[in-house]
Amino acid sequence: MDFNFKEEQLAFADALKRWVTRDYSFEARKKIVHSDSGVSDAAWATLAELGMLALPVPEEQGGFSGSAVDMFVVMQELGRGLVVEPYLATVTAAHALTLGGSHAALLEQVAAGELKLACAFTEQQARHDLSDIATTARAGADGYVLNGAKSVVVHGAQAGMLIVSARSAGAQRGLEGVSLFVVPADADGVAVTDFRTLDGQRAANIVFTEVTVPATALIGAEGQGWDLLDAVADYGAGLLCAEALGAMEAIFGATLEYLKTRSQFGAPIGKFQALQHRMADMYIHLEQARSMALLAAVKLGSADATERRRVVSAAKFRIGQALKFVGQQAVQLHGGMGVTDELPAAHHFKRLTMIELSMGDSDHHLQRFIAQPGFAEAA
Amino acid sequence: MDLNYTSEDLAFRDHVRAFLDANLPADLQQKVRKHLRMSKDDYVRWHRILAKQGWVAPGWPAQFGGPGWTPVQRHLWDEECARAGTPAILPFGVNMVAPVIMAFGSDEQKAHYLPRILSCEDWWCQGYSEPGSGSDLASLKTSAQRDGDVYVVNGQKTWTTLAQHADMIFCLVRTDSGVRKQEGISFLLIDMHSPGVTVRPIMMLDEDHEVNEVFFDNVRVPVQNLVGKENKGWTYAKYLLGHERTGIAAVGRSKRELASLKQLAASRSKNGKPLIEDPLFAAKVATLEIELMALEMTVLRVLGQEHKAPGPEASVLKVRGTEIQQTLTELMVEAAGPMALPFDPAYLESETQHSVFGDDEAAPLAAHYFNFRKTSIYGGSNEIQRNIITQMILGL
Repeated sequence: MDFNFKEEQLAFADALKRWVTRDYSFEARKKIVHSDSGVSDAAWATLAELGMLALPVPEEQGGFSGSAVDMFVVMQELGRGLVVEPYLATVTAAHALTLGGSHAALLEQVAAGELKLACAFTEQQARHDLSDIATTARAGADGYVLNGAKSVVVHGAQAGMLIVSARSAGAQRGLEGVSLFVVPADADGVAVTDFRTLDGQRAANIVFTEVTVPATALIGAEGQGWDLLDAVADYGAGLLCAEALGAMEAIFGATLEYLKTRSQFGAPIGKFQALQHRMADMYIHLEQARSMALLAAVKLGSADATERRRVVSAAKFRIGQALKFVGQQAVQLHGGMGVTDELPAAHHFKRLTMIELSMGDSDHHLQRFIAQPGFAEAA
Repeated sequence: MDLNYTSEDLAFRDHVRAFLDANLPADLQQKVRKHLRMSKDDYVRWHRILAKQGWVAPGWPAQFGGPGWTPVQRHLWDEECARAGTPAILPFGVNMVAPVIMAFGSDEQKAHYLPRILSCEDWWCQGYSEPGSGSDLASLKTSAQRDGDVYVVNGQKTWTTLAQHADMIFCLVRTDSGVRKQEGISFLLIDMHSPGVTVRPIMMLDEDHEVNEVFFDNVRVPVQNLVGKENKGWTYAKYLLGHERTGIAAVGRSKRELASLKQLAASRSKNGKPLIEDPLFAAKVATLEIELMALEMTVLRVLGQEHKAPGPEASVLKVRGTEIQQTLTELMVEAAGPMALPFDPAYLESETQHSVFGDDEAAPLAAHYFNFRKTSIYGGSNEIQRNIITQMILGL
């Protein structure tokens, strides 16, 4: 048993930290958030240069075959630094290509930083249920024709290619008949509406009208895409847990600092027991969340899909509890400052809140945890 | 990052598991698993089985009779004992007074007391809390005045666990009242059979005689029974706190109890279906299970850094560990529903084989729930633990 990160992992984290401090300050980020594209080409180029895009890509496609634990370290730093670049969307979608085993050329482009990807999985009616797919894939002359609409696709407008879930057979919420496709974002019939999200990121609604894709656009086997989609969603949820941990560390650190410097009634407010115990509870949440985020990262590599689902759902649920408490209390302990736009911690709070609503919320994951085989049996 | 035990660790686990399978008496195991009450003889019997094997004091250095296990092995041992359902080895001798004697005691004290702790020849209890000194322990008033070769002890201790069985008590006593309160305290070993010692039971809310008041009326204690230096007792008491290990989280025990809870919830029904399939109840169980998964991982992370000083992290483990234990007892009562109402002390004391109202499984659950309210109060209340976290970890 070994709970230490490897030297390379610590080096990655260190490089990211230095980059954020140097080039991605709170003010610099604000400019990016309010720019037309909502992302920064320069930041993307640096992420590529630092090897962050090559990290999760298999060696055969020019990557480093990085594990989910490697990615944990990266996501933690991006969460701490409030980075709004389309990194998570790209690496999560790339994971679909890696698991699918086709589209090597696209992965090479991802590794080189030349291609951004996004996951077009969620639909308006589906809430967090990714099997609730109304988008259809009809077999056409040389491939498939896609029709339907995807909602709040994170960084959908910034991506060159989209990974789209569509139904080629089966009932609307069935696990059979789900297929995954790689679709160029500029294909005929793809209409993308870009918008800001409350945490300063970008997302898009995407409508597919008679979009023709070749048979080679298929990832995995036709109609058999559910297991792959489920695994990709777990990967994304696991990475989100790590990002949330980084954001929580940042907001916790800022709050602790504030308690030591803000003075009222002639004393630093950190001398008051009501606030001290709140901080202690935040600390306990943070440590429990760290444990679960780490466990999820380790189990993402597990061959046992039930174990993976169980642990990722447990982690997303537990992090959901922690981020709510830590985020809300951090704002509360900052007093009036906590509800202003100028406080970085307030932006961490917004990001954390959006994370709770992404890739399955707490209720969704608690139910999924309960639904795994073996829950009712005494362990 | 590697969460797997080494093959040596796994072999060790198999080894101790096989020992427990072969040596844990079935009647004791049943009592533990059913939440029935332990007698003095139950504790002593299990203590002596482990003593014979050389495993009764896993944390002791080998020179004093410990088995020489690594921190991970000790953790595995705790886990296996909990999994099997062994009676506890009471901490007062093995884990509390012994480390203090080893660190600060005289050679004579080591030679005399340590083997008797191992063999359970002496049953120890702890004399810390007083009626006026709970969380503010250093305000304690029980006095020890030097009179030639003896200390004359006067005062009262309280919440003294199982003092009715005890041969010895280790006490914090005031030897100087003219200085800062922490600086006038000494650590004294007192024979419970001495003239002037009176033990009076305190009945707890589950009508169990688990704790006592202990009165000292001009009790004469040889000066040889002072541990270390006079007026340094507070330092030794704090050393003991720093000695807390990851066992305080009681993860293994809670895993066993979670399995019991699921079993119970599978056997009871609600709306014509097993209770465990009820969405509201299942959500509570799942929330608890996830908290426990997180705590186990937190314990292992602390264990993984045990070359560093394991200090204040133990407070996190104590707070969450006890909250989990209490929630487990609460959910068991909820699972039993109205069947948890009847109270049958004779069954709890194993005087009868079955509960008088016919539901043996449900009979001990409410008493168990009430009993476990103590866990967030003893050993430094959870509020005191939060003080430790803020001061020692957060630096507020």
